[in-house]
Amino acid sequence: MKTDHISYERYQRQIILKEFGEAGQLKLLQSKVLVVGAGGLGCPALQYLAAAGVGNIGIADDDVISLSNLHRQVLYSTFDIGFSKAEKAKQSLTRLNPGIHITAYNERLTTQNALAIIAPYDIVIDGTDNFASRYLVNDACVLLNKPLVYGAVSQFEGQVAVFNCKNKKGDIPVNYRDLFPQPPKDGEVLNCAESGVLGVLPGIIGTMQANETIKLIIGMGKALINSLLTYNAFNNRVYEVLLTALKETSLLIPATKAAFEQMDYDWLCSSTNRRFEIDGAGFDDLLNLTDVDIIDVREPGELPLPTGFNYTQIPLSQFKEKITTIKSDTVIVFCQSGKRSLQAAQWLFDTFGESKKIFSLQGGIPAWLKQV
Amino acid sequence: MKVNIILFGQLTDITGADTVTLENILDTDNLVSTLHKSYPAFIHSKYVIAVDKKVISENTPLLNNCTVALLPPFSGG
Repeated sequence: MKTDHISYERYQRQIILKEFGEAGQLKLLQSKVLVVGAGGLGCPALQYLAAAGVGNIGIADDDVISLSNLHRQVLYSTFDIGFSKAEKAKQSLTRLNPGIHITAYNERLTTQNALAIIAPYDIVIDGTDNFASRYLVNDACVLLNKPLVYGAVSQFEGQVAVFNCKNKKGDIPVNYRDLFPQPPKDGEVLNCAESGVLGVLPGIIGTMQANETIKLIIGMGKALINSLLTYNAFNNRVYEVLLTALKETSLLIPATKAAFEQMDYDWLCSSTNRRFEIDGAGFDDLLNLTDVDIIDVREPGELPLPTGFNYTQIPLSQFKEKITTIKSDTVIVFCQSGKRSLQAAQWLFDTFGESKKIFSLQGGIPAWLKQV
Repeated sequence: MKVNIILFGQLTDITGADTVTLENILDTDNLVSTLHKSYPAFIHSKYVIAVDKKVISENTPLLNNCTVALLPPFSGG
């Protein structure tokens, strides 16, 4: 790209930074960045990358916009509910900066498409919201030798790191599996839908991911290579730890494209048996039984409260302690999304085995109420 | 031998505080087993251990007044 293609006025405030300059702006315009997940982290990252003039941006997300996204996914408006995130993000960013090229991938990254989608890009930003996708993106980036700018949030805290990227000292690049070699099992860690997240937090962490990406492209400053930064929005605590590559990590990551395509990341990240799940109709049938315990495992105060049948409340946080108080031969557990209740069902099975019939309401109580 | 422990994420729900001080801890294995005894919920929790801001993967001796951070994985985005 020739210098005269730069819109000086648009980028003037950053070009005048001596560390940035015209050369930096040219590097940005020639760079290619893929953002996986256009949610709480992806939205602010995308906004700042587009505004700064990253010349080629890819957006991969198969999700549609919902009302509960809008407190943190600031690229979207109330009118966008029900539409594709990747498409709406592209539309919004094109309005922000028509001088850059944006590609929307309205699909979920899988072992079958990830390598082809990632390959043309220089840097990948992880803005996903589940462990299966995080391990998939990490392993694909290791395989393709692409720097990965990682970000993740929970409640009031966030983590940022730059993986798979050489530093100036020549240390072996670290990846996500050097930090957490194996995914947690279901129940060991809660996701956003279960644990909540302060809306502004992914805004801060996603913006930090954009900042790390811009520094890597331009080659300025000090990026979080081989280190993990944690930020706590509740008390403003910032804590940075150094990471080192582990010998065994390479054994966990598929070494070839063929091996990668054979991986099952959903299985790897889920130990909980889904055989306990019942749908709304199955749930209705079981409500008519006489010897049945129906248990809400949500925390106190979570809404909506169902009506029309009797149930008890045992929050998941106290479930293990109180598990022996459950007497009926048939137990149905429910929660907000169907994930916590699946964990409760697993614990019931671990405790009572085949002596009780155990069921978990798929999709949670909001889905059941909609059906009614 | 005093060890300062900093907890992150939902690990603070287990202890009810984001810092904990333990006495007579020799190394990280010893620290983990002591935590399991005092707070059994740690047995079912996933986290990495950083000793004086360096993530470790093997049993590591602890010096008096060192700081140990316990960092859980986050999945949210």
